This record gives sequence, structure tokens and C-alpha cells, in this order.
Amino acid sequence: MKNMSDPKQLLVSAIESGTVIDHIPASTLFKVIKILGLDRIRNQITFGTNLESKTDGKKAIIKIAGKFFEDDDINRIALVAPNAKLNIIRDYEVVEKRVVSVPDTITAIAKCMNPKCITNFEKVTTRFRVVSKKPVALKCHYCEKITDQERLEII
Amino acid sequence: MKTRSLVSIDDLSTEEIMKILKLAAEFEKDPISDILHGKVVATLFFEPSTRTRLSFESAVNKLGGKVIGFTDSSSSSVTKGETLNDTIRTVNNYADLIVMRHPIEGSARYASEISTVPVINAGDGANQHPTQTLLDLYSILKTQGTLDKLNICMVGDLKYGRTVHSLLMAMSRWKTSFNFVAPEELMMPDEYKMYLNNLGLDYYETADLNEVINMADIIYMTRVQRERFSDPMEYEKVKNAYVLYDHMLSETKPGMKILHPLPRVNEINTDVDANDKAYYFEQALNGVFTRQAIICTLLGLK
Repeated sequence: MKNMSDPKQLLVSAIESGTVIDHIPASTLFKVIKILGLDRIRNQITFGTNLESKTDGKKAIIKIAGKFFEDDDINRIALVAPNAKLNIIRDYEVVEKRVVSVPDTITAIAKCMNPKCITNFEKVTTRFRVVSKKPVALKCHYCEKITDQERLEII
Repeated sequence: MKTRSLVSIDDLSTEEIMKILKLAAEFEKDPISDILHGKVVATLFFEPSTRTRLSFESAVNKLGGKVIGFTDSSSSSVTKGETLNDTIRTVNNYADLIVMRHPIEGSARYASEISTVPVINAGDGANQHPTQTLLDLYSILKTQGTLDKLNICMVGDLKYGRTVHSLLMAMSRWKTSFNFVAPEELMMPDEYKMYLNNLGLDYYETADLNEVINMADIIYMTRVQRERFSDPMEYEKVKNAYVLYDHMLSETKPGMKILHPLPRVNEINTDVDANDKAYYFEQALNGVFTRQAIICTLLGLK
């Protein structure tokens, strides 16, 4: 462990195999953790936040040992981390790079911002059609109102 | 039909809309039949809307069906805390079709997904009221002989008015040009103007009804409600600016008709009622024929 001998260096250990999610906006790190259910799994996870990034301002990074994601799962974070990049690690080597893309429909992730929507009154799984991907705008399947990026809340 | 329920006017293709309007014309010629004999229609009105409910009940009665239901949620199990899910599942056992009015937006879509019988949305909050739109289309088609390339002048509360939004979306299928007449606070929201822009359709906004009134094939009046204004002074200023009087109609097109979803308060002066161009009470009658057509279509009876 080279880093250990140099106390001035940041200690975010490399992983042997698993997934590194980079370029997460620092402000949405905990939303990403929640969407991916990382607070409920037993894998070893390290994350760093408020890191300097040339392109994104303050960014965050998550390293999850021994975990690989399906496209459908990982695309769920596109709502809050549209520029996230995934590095798939095996034997300490990056074997694959992936980007996330906003899916056409969003189910059971976002909350409808309309306080008068049925989904905020009864146990209804929220469903949205993505009407704009950048910035994100979601049209509620039920009340037909638009929830935009600013008012987006993750359930 | 793609779905057996009618929740939003967008659920219908143009072809399906024309089929319903054609069927409505048949019911207008011959409104009484026994086609709903043995059928039960439930009218679930979680908030009162006497006009809409009576129109539906009249439609069912003229077709020989029976009506059950409640007229506001205080007389139903909702006050005991029953969920909409449970109400719909229960009523499914009693009725062949559900007509539902509910103050919560999206409730009709949700009900249609739970229900085993067709659901007709008779208004879900500020969201959709497709049978109103269809009866408006029927009234326009009947009086103008076509839906193509008409000039529609919408007046009053264009910001919150559910009926004008749905009518705009529906009529845009037929290359309508729109004039929007409203006080600044109640102008047509941007999302609808964007919608027209994307379709390449013309619209014009003004605060002065007289400026555009003579171009109109249809004047669609709506009520300017006091509670929409944050500043009561603003309401006082505009409340009489959007009132239609008989003398304003002298230079309007001969075939022009005035529509209004009713109830009206003072926005159409009663001196207009005697004018041939006043059409709002016939429009209400058209609602019965249109609803007869919708019910029969959803039940697969015509």
C-alpha cells in the first residue's frame, strides 16, 4: 500500500474488483446512494465528496467492491447524476467504462411535485414519461403535470 | 379503442373522436332507446357537480339503463377513510360502468387501472374533463359544419381553465387559429403556447376582446373567478373587462356561435341570450347526446 507511507496523500483505496462511479455532483451523492440501495448492502464501499473537478465543480465518487450493475439499475441514477461515469474494475484494472442515460420512463423513483396528485394521497407507484432529458422534465402518468429538475425529489 | 376507459382526451385518436361525434349525431336524431337495458351505471361524485351528473344520468336514463351512486363524498364511505382503490373495487361488483368526479388529480387514471369495468373521467381536479371537450367539439362541428381551420377566441380565465386547455389540445388537431383574451394574471400558460408553436399553429394574445371578436367562428367564454386573484383590487379592475354584451356582436361573423361550459355568472350579459349566436344552452343539451355516444362506445354497444 503505497499511500500509507505518504500521510499527505488522500487515502481512497483502489478496489480489486467492482464498480467505481465517478462524476457524481457532490450535491446528489446521497441521493445516488439511496437510489442504488447502497445503504442497505454489505459490500465494502468508500466514497469521497466535495472533490475538485475541472468539468463539474464539486464532485463525488463512490467505489463499491464486488458489485456490478445492470444497465436498467444504473440508469436510475441518471436523474440525479446525468454525467456519472462508471468504471468496471477487475483485478485492479479498468476493464470497461460506461455512461448513464436517462430512461424514457421512470417508475418508483421520483415523487410527483403536484401536491394534488393521487400519488401523494394513496399508495400508488409513481410513473413518469421523460419529456426532456437535459434538463430533466418528467410528466406524471397520473396527474399529467410536469416535475422538473429543480423540484425533483427522490422517494 | 385502445383502452376501454376515457380518462383524457389524448386517449382518443382523431378517428375515434370523429366516430363518437358521429354517434352523438345519431342520438340527437333519435335519443330514446333501450340499448342500456339491464345495465347499471355508477356515478361516483366525490365532489359535487350537479350539471355534469345530471347530464350523465339523463344520458343513461334515455338509453334505458339504471343509475346508482353518490353525489358528494360526505355521503359515501370516503368519510370513514376508505381508499379510492377499495371504493373502485367494491363498486366494480355493482356496476357495468363508472362515471367518476374526484378532486384529486390523476385519480381517474388510477381508478381506470384498478377497475374491471370502464371508467369515464367526469373531472379529476384541475386535470382532465374529456366529456366536456367532446361535447364542445360536437357543438363546434354541428354549428360550423367542420372542425377544420376555424378561428377560436378563448376569453376569461385561460390560466386555470381546464376546459380551455383540453379544448386547445383537441382542436389543434384541426389547424385551428386561436385568439386568447385574458387579463395578464390569467393568460394562457406557456406550456400550451409552446405546444401550438411546436405544431406551427397561430395564436394571438390580447387583453381587448373587441380587437379580435369579429374574426371568430367560435367565442369560448369562461368565468373569471375572484379566488384566482392574489390581489382583490386586480379582480375589481378586470372583472367587468371580460363581459360579453349583445351590442358587441353586431359585426361578428354570421355563423359565429358563443360557447360557455356553464355555470355563467356575469361574463355573458343576459341580453345576449336572445341572440342567435348564443349557443351555451344548446351546448349543454349536446352534452347529453355526446355522453350517450361515449357510454355506448365504451361498453362496445355501438
